[in-house]
Amino acid sequence: MDYQISHLKELEAESMYILREVAAQFERPVLMFSGGKDSILMVHLAHKAFYPARIPFPLLHVDTGHNFPETLKYRDKLVEKLGVKLIVASVEEAISTGLVTEERGFNASRNMLQIGVLLDALERGKYDAALGGARRDEEKARAKERFFSHRDEFGQWDPKNQRPELWNLFNGKKNMGEHFRIFPISNWTELDVWQYLAEEKVDLPSLYFAHERKVFERDGALLADCEYIMKKPDELVFTEMVRCRTIGDMTCTGVWRSGAGTIEDIIEEVATTRLTERGGRTDDKRSETAMEDRKKEGYF
Amino acid sequence: MSHFAELLRFTTAGSVDDGKSTLIGRLLYDSKSIFQDQYDQIKETSERRGEEGVNLALLTDGLKSEREQGITIDVAYRYFSTPRRKFIIADTPGHIQYTRNMVTGASSANVALILIDARNGVVDQTRRHAIIASLLQIPHIVVCINKMDLVDYDRDAYDKIQSSFESFAAKLDVKDVHFIPISALNGDNVVNRSDKTPWYEGPTLMYYLENVHIASDHNFIDQRFPVQYVIRPYNDEFHDFRGYAGRLAGGVIKVGDEVTLLPSGFTTSVKNIYGPDGDLQEAFPPQSITVQLEEDFDLSRGDMIVRAHNQPEVTQDIDVMMCWFDHSKPLQSHGKYTLQHTTQSVRCIIKEIRYKLDINTLHRIKDDLVINMNDIARVSLRTTKPLFVDSYRQNRVTGSVILVDEANNNTVAAGMII
Repeated sequence: MDYQISHLKELEAESMYILREVAAQFERPVLMFSGGKDSILMVHLAHKAFYPARIPFPLLHVDTGHNFPETLKYRDKLVEKLGVKLIVASVEEAISTGLVTEERGFNASRNMLQIGVLLDALERGKYDAALGGARRDEEKARAKERFFSHRDEFGQWDPKNQRPELWNLFNGKKNMGEHFRIFPISNWTELDVWQYLAEEKVDLPSLYFAHERKVFERDGALLADCEYIMKKPDELVFTEMVRCRTIGDMTCTGVWRSGAGTIEDIIEEVATTRLTERGGRTDDKRSETAMEDRKKEGYF
Repeated sequence: MSHFAELLRFTTAGSVDDGKSTLIGRLLYDSKSIFQDQYDQIKETSERRGEEGVNLALLTDGLKSEREQGITIDVAYRYFSTPRRKFIIADTPGHIQYTRNMVTGASSANVALILIDARNGVVDQTRRHAIIASLLQIPHIVVCINKMDLVDYDRDAYDKIQSSFESFAAKLDVKDVHFIPISALNGDNVVNRSDKTPWYEGPTLMYYLENVHIASDHNFIDQRFPVQYVIRPYNDEFHDFRGYAGRLAGGVIKVGDEVTLLPSGFTTSVKNIYGPDGDLQEAFPPQSITVQLEEDFDLSRGDMIVRAHNQPEVTQDIDVMMCWFDHSKPLQSHGKYTLQHTTQSVRCIIKEIRYKLDINTLHRIKDDLVINMNDIARVSLRTTKPLFVDSYRQNRVTGSVILVDEANNNTVAAGMII
C-alpha cells in the first residue's frame, strides 16, 4: 500500500518537527510575532505541535507604534484565545529612552530601529532562540538561511560561515550570550501559506482582503495615507480598492490594487501574479542587498 | 478547495559550464516561477555589469559576496510548482572544494540531477556527483546529457555517454538511473518534447520530475519512533495526559500496536495517536505525531518506540562513512566530539580512521589518513551511551549522524552508518 501525504501536510510535519526541536533544545525560546500571515501561520503550527498543552513559549511583538490598528486588534484576540503570554517591545519607548534614534524626512521609517529594539528585548528576556516566520522564497538573502541560524553575542549573522544542515539533525549548541534565529517555515512559498491557511480555515486580519482605503503613490508603490508618513507636495491622496500582501509597519508596507475579497480570490491572485510579494516593501528597496545588510546586524 | 500535490526535493550539481543555471532558469521560467520584478532586477544587474544576456545565476546567488565573485558559495534553495507537484531544488555549487555543499543538498533529496556536457562526456566531476548520490542513497538519479545542440543531436554521442556512465555506476550502490538528452539553452526535452531527438522515446525532464514514483522513498517497514519531546499539559481537561511527540522515522504505527521502548526494553501498546488534525488510527513517515501509551513509563527525549519483534541495533560502536566539513582542522584520531543521532545527543571518541575514499576513483587510501575538509573516510566510533541504529541503506533517518566540535560548537562532519 502507498502512504502518501500532500505537499502542504509534509510542510506542516516539517515545521512541527522544527518547533518541537526548539522546545526541546532551548531553555528560553520566544516567537517573534508581527501580525502578518506568516507569523499567524507560525502560531497556528505551534498550537498543533504542542496540543493539548499550551504553546510553551511567549510571543514577542516589536511594536513600531506605526501599526495598522487592525493588526493590534487581531493580535490581542489571538493571544487571549490561546492563553499565551505576549511581550511587547516598544520602539516608541526605545526612542524616548535614547536606545535608538528616530529617522527624519520623507522616507523616515522605524524599520531599521526595530533591530536595536529586538536585540535589546532578546537580551533582557535572556531568550536563547527567537522563532521567525521568514521564508526562503521571499528574498534572495533569506534563501540562504538555515532552519537553525546562529547569531553571535552581538546578534549578528555571518552568512558565509553557516553550519551545514543535514537530514533531520539540527545543531543548536552555542556559547553563553549567543542565540539562534529559527525559521520553521523556511520551505513554504507564499502560495503554500495561502493554500494552507485556506484549507485550515484560519481567521485572518481584514487587511489582507480587498477594502477601500485612502492611499498615495511613491516609487511605483501604493502606500496607505496615515499620520506617520510625511507626504511630498505632489503626492496626492486618493481612494482605491486595495489589500495588503505583506503586513509590516504602515510606513513601509505597500498596498496593492486588488479586488480579492475572499481567501480563494487571494490564492487565484497569488497563483497568477507576476510580481513578488515584497515588491511593495520600501524597506527592501533601499539597496540591492538591503535585506542581507539588515539581517547581518540582527534583523528578523 | 483541497489541493493534492506531492513534494519532491531534488539536488542539482554541476559547474557553471555545464549549463546548470540555464537549466534551473528554464525550469523556473517555463513553470512561471520567476516573477517579473525579479527578472527585471537581474536583467538590470546583468546589463550594468556588461554581461551578455540575462544571467539567471543571479537568481540563486543571493549573497553579496557571491554576486561580487560570480560564484555560488552556499546551497541555494529554489521553489517551483506545477499542478502535479511542488519542487524544492537544493542547488549546490559544483566546484571541487564544495563536496560539503553537495552532501548537504543530497541529504534530503529524492532525486539527484546530474548534468553532463555532451561534448565532454563523463568527467571527474560527473563521477564525484554519482559517488555522492550513491553514498547519500538518493533514491533516483536522472542524468541530463546537456548541450545536445552542440553535437547535432547525435544519437551515437548520447549512447556512448550513457554506456560510459552505466559502466561506472555499476560499481556504485545506485538503484534507479534515468538518462535524458537535453538542450537547456533551446529547451529541448526540458519541458517540451524535442522534434530533434526522434530516436529518444523517454520522457522530458519535467515529465520525469512530475511522475517519478517517490511515495516509497521512505521506509514503511521497520517501525522507528524517536521520542522528540514529551507533552504534559498540566491542565484540568488533560491532567494525566502524557504524550510522546516526534516525527515517525520508519514503518507504520497503529493504535493497538504492541511496542517495545528503548533503552528500557519494556513492552506496552499504543493507546492513541494524535496527528495535526486530531485522532489517527495509523501514522507513517514523515508525519509529525503524538503517541499515548497504555501504560506510563518514564520515557524521554532520545528514547525510541519500536515494534516488539523488529528492533534496531542497540550499540555503542558504529562504523560510518564520514564527510569532513571543517576547514580549520582535520578529523582528530582519538578525538572527542558531540554526536547527534535522531533525537539523541551523546559524546563519542574516534577509535580508528580505516581508510580515505578517493572520490574520483573509489580507491581506498590507507597510507594517508589525514582527513581534511571535503574528504570522505570510513571511521569507527564509540559513543558514551547506546544508540538505536539502522544502517543508512535501510533508513536514512536512523542511519545518519552529525559530529559537533565541542570547542566551537560547529557541525564538523556528517556520517552514514554502515
